[in-house]
Amino acid sequence: MNAAAPAPAAAVRVRNVQAGDLGDVAAIDLEITRVPKPEYWAEIYHRYGTGRRQQRFFLVAEAAGRIEGFVIGEVRDWEFGSPRCGWVFAINVRPKARLAGIGSRLLGAICEGFRHLGVIKVRTLLGRDNQLILSFFRSQGMMAAPFIPLEIDLEPQGTDGK
Amino acid sequence: MKLQKNTLFALYSVLESASHPERQLSAGEIARKYGISPHHLAKVLHTLAQARVVESVRGVGGGYRFAGNAKRLTLMDVIELFENVSAPARSAAPRRRRASGEAGVERALATVLAEIDEIAKATFRSISIATMLKLVERRRA
Repeated sequence: MNAAAPAPAAAVRVRNVQAGDLGDVAAIDLEITRVPKPEYWAEIYHRYGTGRRQQRFFLVAEAAGRIEGFVIGEVRDWEFGSPRCGWVFAINVRPKARLAGIGSRLLGAICEGFRHLGVIKVRTLLGRDNQLILSFFRSQGMMAAPFIPLEIDLEPQGTDGK
Repeated sequence: MKLQKNTLFALYSVLESASHPERQLSAGEIARKYGISPHHLAKVLHTLAQARVVESVRGVGGGYRFAGNAKRLTLMDVIELFENVSAPARSAAPRRRRASGEAGVERALATVLAEIDEIAKATFRSISIATMLKLVERRRA
């Protein structure tokens, strides 16, 4: 196997994030989104990575001492009127490490964590133009949820005559 | 987004051939399974072969064999071969001269129909043939 080939899923270890992983996580996100957000990642680590709340998950996939991907989610009760379910709100794998089953391992691990908390439904929300991640979740068996996301543009303050 | 018969026949054919990638399936075989006209299906298979989604195998025992990448080929890739998916959403009323109030209603309705179309397209784009085959298996179980 050459150095550029992705690690097989079996050689990958999925574990809880540690403070020292944050640089790798932010670098993966930057490589994919091209938008640096160091403060955001510090905040996410503080909220999800410190293990203070049992229902919050921030997991990383590590291979040969390097972080190749991450998944973040939590169990929420009555969010959008829905009974207790698991929400996955971020999953990413380093582009060069894709197609080796790492995303499936990460999703499987967080689902296992949700299952231990008694959750039997997992949801996520994606941009409909995000075909790559949509296809990934579809390949894992996810189907459309009984929700419709809605949005509105707000006029800036002072422009509505009030 | 309402799929035409040809599109549905194409999806049946692709899913059928992708579920048995080692086999050559005849148009008659697929047509019998889905209760459709072999003549009609032959035209659909010809289009799929031109797009290299299936390949035509000539001779005795010949037929069509899946030639795509099931993990990469999406339902939308197949649909686009038979439908003009870039066309704007349908107007709700037949074309004629109309008052501005009517035009406003039509435009508002067209906005809603376009929204539905966009969701449908995103769904078709997100489902690969491999994912679809897994779904078929789960529905059979």
